[in-house]
Amino acid sequence: MKFEYAPAPESTAIVNIQSEYNLFIDGKFVPSKGGKRFETINPANEKVLSRVTQATASDVDKAVKAASEAYRKTWSKLTGAQRGKYLFRIARILQERAREFAVLESMDNGKPIRETRDTDIPLAAAHFFYHAGWADKLDYAGLGKNPKPHGVVGQIIPWNFPMLMLAWKVAPALATGNTVVLKPAETTPLTALLFAEVCQQADLPKGVVNILTGDGATGAAIVNHPGINKIAFTGSTEVGKIIAKSVASSKKALTLELGGKGANIIFEDAPIDETVEGIINGIYFNQGHVCCAGSRLLVQENIKEELLEKLKRRMSMIRVGDPLDKNTDLGAINSQAQLMKIRELSESGDAEGAERWSPQCELPEKGFWFPPTFFTGVSQAHRIAREEIFGPVLSVISFRTPSEAIEKANNTPFGLSAGIWTDKGSRILWSAQQLKAGVIWANTFNKFDPASPFGGYKESGWGREGGRHGLSAYLKGDFS
Amino acid sequence: MRVDVRKTYKLFIGGQFPRSESGRSYELFDAKGIFLANPALASRKDLRDAVVAARAASEKWASASAFNRSQILYRVAEVMEGRRDQFVTEVMAQEGVTKAQATKQVDAAIDLWVWYAGWCDKISTIFGSTNPVSGSFYNFTTPEPVGVVAAFIDGSTSLIDFVHGVAPILAGGNVVIAIANEEYPLSAITLAEVIATSDVPGGVVNVLTGRTEELAPWVASHMDIDGVDGSGLEPSAYEALKRDGADNLKRIYRFKAEGSPQRIIGFMENKTVWHPIGI
Repeated sequence: MKFEYAPAPESTAIVNIQSEYNLFIDGKFVPSKGGKRFETINPANEKVLSRVTQATASDVDKAVKAASEAYRKTWSKLTGAQRGKYLFRIARILQERAREFAVLESMDNGKPIRETRDTDIPLAAAHFFYHAGWADKLDYAGLGKNPKPHGVVGQIIPWNFPMLMLAWKVAPALATGNTVVLKPAETTPLTALLFAEVCQQADLPKGVVNILTGDGATGAAIVNHPGINKIAFTGSTEVGKIIAKSVASSKKALTLELGGKGANIIFEDAPIDETVEGIINGIYFNQGHVCCAGSRLLVQENIKEELLEKLKRRMSMIRVGDPLDKNTDLGAINSQAQLMKIRELSESGDAEGAERWSPQCELPEKGFWFPPTFFTGVSQAHRIAREEIFGPVLSVISFRTPSEAIEKANNTPFGLSAGIWTDKGSRILWSAQQLKAGVIWANTFNKFDPASPFGGYKESGWGREGGRHGLSAYLKGDFS
Repeated sequence: MRVDVRKTYKLFIGGQFPRSESGRSYELFDAKGIFLANPALASRKDLRDAVVAARAASEKWASASAFNRSQILYRVAEVMEGRRDQFVTEVMAQEGVTKAQATKQVDAAIDLWVWYAGWCDKISTIFGSTNPVSGSFYNFTTPEPVGVVAAFIDGSTSLIDFVHGVAPILAGGNVVIAIANEEYPLSAITLAEVIATSDVPGGVVNVLTGRTEELAPWVASHMDIDGVDGSGLEPSAYEALKRDGADNLKRIYRFKAEGSPQRIIGFMENKTVWHPIGI
């Protein structure tokens, strides 16, 4: 049976995208000193949305000076309660303008409006609200009385959850009394620039938040600027290691949220229909552009066939297409470059002998698209079992005993997330104990909350974001 | 006159006391320049052996109950107390301090084991959390050991720094490869003998003596070391350690002299578990 849906597009009338954007420094939008402009496009139709500025090293210097002055003269002079009130204001404005942010995010990123509307933006607002309440309670953050902020924090965020990652970074930094120089990802700068307007509406003191658009060169200028006291980076493990090496000879503090290759473990007694939903959510949420995606499906051998049949049936119902359609499940791949990477890795799966499956689905002609896909016959040595694909591609591996499942799940340099599906409570807790991963979802997957620490073991990064643990990364501890 | 029986100061790897596989040693003199001993000069291979021993011991130590670990650390203090005089003599010889000063340090070192012992079963309570997430989920965070940690022991004291370097790593459920301070190998090896007879499983503590500068690059580049306490390194060596240690994103810190639970949780990873609530 085939269900037909009438198109249900979300209106774009709510957003007002300017043709060009300057940099947000010291409370104002200012032109760059010598920086060129580059286009940001809608990956669902390749239309140019706007032209933003490539911030130069001299722009970075200006932004760091503004942040440093704001730290010394205003932000550090406020009480925690006063800082908190600004964060509450920002949270409220984000709620008021939520739909505008959701539409803009969907257009610039390619992710479905259903997700930006129901997940990204509400969670971003919640992050500001949560951290607002921390600002006057830092004595209880676990670092002793009157803990001190670092000063100026440089923050570099990825394109997969642009506004949510901004909130994860900016909210705890401001709550703890730091000031910020933030660089959004090259392909998704627009919601960060809209956030600059929110800072203005909230009357946030000038220089407390500075937003510089640009590519890796701008990021490197931030990382290497001597006026920055802490770097917080979310992105690839490869770049994370480069940053760690760059700051090794400085006093800069560093937190990293990097890649993953999460194992989603399905035991034979798992509730099968819920598990199928969990697998779908684990790997096809946000086009698989999720560092904590459940990209390796470890399924107990005796239920593998049944599970894959159900998974195929469920995958056939995934609606791929216009991100602004409210019925869309899987939107556009964020960029041409990412699409090439997903294709290349998938082709390596074919070449190494794994078997590819995707449901029949029509992909739009314009834009960057990849169908929901899984591979069976995957060995532990295959690239698709080891490397982060960052797309809607699942590698299916089977196991016989619980110990074998754990062994395989932990057999990766990453350690960000893992999933456990079973009806047996003691097995959940045993598995959770054995898994070397920072976030374990048992009988659920891809849940996020400002109160819940998020971050990885091993090469998935340093530190946590969210909760008291995430907050403490923005305060100085007893490390010399 | 009785000719005294002198001790050979060897390495401590996997519960055994081997000489360096390199066959090397170095001469150690007291504060007045009088010969004290020929401690082993550990090599890269000794370090690698220590990592293998530590990794093999890691899982069992990490999964021992916190109460059990607490009792074992306390046991170290008990056994140390019985060998107080030997520690006092060695502190005096290495540092050239008076008996009163040495005794004060040894007493403080023993008490420090007691302090860290008490932390083992408090860490999760103090530094873990249950998190009030939106939606019908139970969500909690617990700190867990990272695994194998190397510790470059600082040299402001011959004994207390060694305890600060080793005990908190053990308290968090990690296993340790301690690289003794070059000037103070005697206290380190004697403490290793105490550890060997205090129910600490073989491989949980490994002690190397030798040249810090020689071993630091091999520690940095070893891919099976998860964390490093760089307190005992010179600034330039510490920077190099951070740079090279980034290849597997080792957790690398140095700590202030005084005891702090930060020394324990620095080498712990927070794990957050979600589960739906329902009927």
